Amino acid sequence: MNSPVEAQHDTPLLEVRGLKVHFPVRGGLGRKNNRVVKAVDGLDFFLRKGETLSLVGESGCGKSTTGYALLGMLKPTAGEIFFEGKKLDSQDREGRRIARDRFQIVFQDPFASLNPKMSIGDSIGEPLRVSGTDRRQCRARVEELLELVGLHPSYYDRLPNQFSGGQRQRIVIARALAVRPSLIVCDEPVSALDVSIRSQILNLLIRLQRELNIAYLFISHDLSVVRHISDRVAVMYLGHIVELAESRELFRQALHPYTKALFSAIPLPDPEIKHRRRLILSGDLPSPLNPPPGCPLVTRCPNRRPECEKALPPLRELRPGHFVACGRAEELEN
Amino acid sequence: MSTQPAPLSNEKKAVLEISRLGVLLRDISAVENINLTLYSGEALALVGESGCGKSLTSLGVMGLLPHIARLAPESSIKLLGRELAGLNEAEYNEIRGVEMSMIFQEPFTSLNPLMPVGSQICEALTVHGMSPEKARERTLEMLELVGIPEPGVRFGQYPFELSGGLCQRMMIALALVGKPALLIADEPTTALDVTIQAQILDLMRDLMNKTNTALLIITHDMGVVAEVADRVAVMYAGRIVELADVAELFRNPRHPYSKMLLGSIPGLADEPKAELRTISGTVPDIRHWPEGCRFHTRCPLADDACRSGVPPLTEQPCANGVHLAACMHADKTELL
Repeated sequence: MNSPVEAQHDTPLLEVRGLKVHFPVRGGLGRKNNRVVKAVDGLDFFLRKGETLSLVGESGCGKSTTGYALLGMLKPTAGEIFFEGKKLDSQDREGRRIARDRFQIVFQDPFASLNPKMSIGDSIGEPLRVSGTDRRQCRARVEELLELVGLHPSYYDRLPNQFSGGQRQRIVIARALAVRPSLIVCDEPVSALDVSIRSQILNLLIRLQRELNIAYLFISHDLSVVRHISDRVAVMYLGHIVELAESRELFRQALHPYTKALFSAIPLPDPEIKHRRRLILSGDLPSPLNPPPGCPLVTRCPNRRPECEKALPPLRELRPGHFVACGRAEELEN
Repeated sequence: MSTQPAPLSNEKKAVLEISRLGVLLRDISAVENINLTLYSGEALALVGESGCGKSLTSLGVMGLLPHIARLAPESSIKLLGRELAGLNEAEYNEIRGVEMSMIFQEPFTSLNPLMPVGSQICEALTVHGMSPEKARERTLEMLELVGIPEPGVRFGQYPFELSGGLCQRMMIALALVGKPALLIADEPTTALDVTIQAQILDLMRDLMNKTNTALLIITHDMGVVAEVADRVAVMYAGRIVELADVAELFRNPRHPYSKMLLGSIPGLADEPKAELRTISGTVPDIRHWPEGCRFHTRCPLADDACRSGVPPLTEQPCANGVHLAACMHADKTELL
């Protein structure tokens, strides 16, 4: 047990070791060639009960793939997932049942995640019926759920098209809560919503976490939202975690050059600090089909050295609870 | 009532003067009584939530309204002193790409997938009568200016060969190649990742300074507004509710909607997981705009006067520039 990112004390709710998800790329005419996209390439992290761990990074960094692999929606290429200390095996029925009952997901687009021909009450109650609850109990529970997410129970028989985006996201959250999960993967849950609605949904997620002690794996590229909702944050780049720390600590002092660049790129809603100096990364994200050797950031890093190309820097604990995968982190700190 | 802020200095000339602009969707008034003046070298942000009419306003200016929409008869849009309202398609084609251009949110869907990007940019010049050789030369210059590496190679590539950031740079090159006086950017960085967004915002600010183009930027992201804009117009339910210098608006919002909108963004200095401010309810449906001030259904300051009369944009006390807000209780907004 020498995973660098491991819970110190009691058994964590979820522990992920060496998670890899690789996708084979098909050549022309459906032939297989040997190239693979390493969407997620060796992740280690854990999640405590009732905490929020955010995965941040740019599109294509593997944050959603990680969430899907946890839920069993994608088959991991390698790695182990432990739930309350028990190994989940996607091959065995029990493992799949746990993943279904205890893990839920809320997607980005509330317009695409509800069946337009099904009343919202039936949509919310479907996970309950699948797990064998009888119809009458189902209705009572759904009405309770509607109330919990701030909707009137009388909306039960309405269709999704009668609701606004924010209300639909509430419905989707109610559906995720139906089976009393201990973990919800929130995949960009507020990105499609307007600013005034976004804060309502964030408040709701935070309140539900406090009341029901649910853990969130929160996937987002919006750093002000991430800072607001997270206990800890993992920064991903090209399928790797490059930095992981307590949210406060990370936003106070990021150590990895990529995290620094990412943070300095956020447009701040404050015109008085308009022309601050930015750490701009040159160029674009390299193709995950053809990642650079060594450190994934080597092609864009302003602090690169020849040795950065040699080997993938491991995620090391530089300060208590603050992990960083950069060989030069100590030097750059000063 | 003054809706035309005075020019900041004498050298700034008015590029775009919009007055009483309205947009009708069939017979429903989607946008009403927009009055704005844009000066050269200035960036004005039009902000608001989806459905508030900010995109329709910009499409109205560009003469690109969808078929079900048309300008209200009293609308006036003057570009460099010339009236645009009522021009036909051919007349608009003479102006678009030369005097004004537009970039859109989705760079991939805005470029022709079957044509090399370089040729698309050249076309914007040759269609207005430039020789192909000269157009090619000018295009390559432009690609260099927007920071595209290896312009000679990129010139012959197709959109699918370019990343999102490069495509948006191409769109900016395409929009600016005709040296327009006005650039309209509709959510230009919403589809991009933050590190790429930072590059594009820096580029746009830099180009505006170099070319003295006026920029009308449409966005819902207050961070982008703070970074790019000189002045801000806040729209709600088809009307402008507040107009002010960017620093003034962020420091001292006078309309309850602006104030609450700014308050609902999690700030980087706030306590994590603290209750965020919200605006109760949702944006009203366009078919059932509320009477009077359209924000009254969600506003904590609303009273009977708000429900019956439309508050005009009135001048607010302000240290620099002109600050307009359309609220009868603007003096009480700070209590919110």
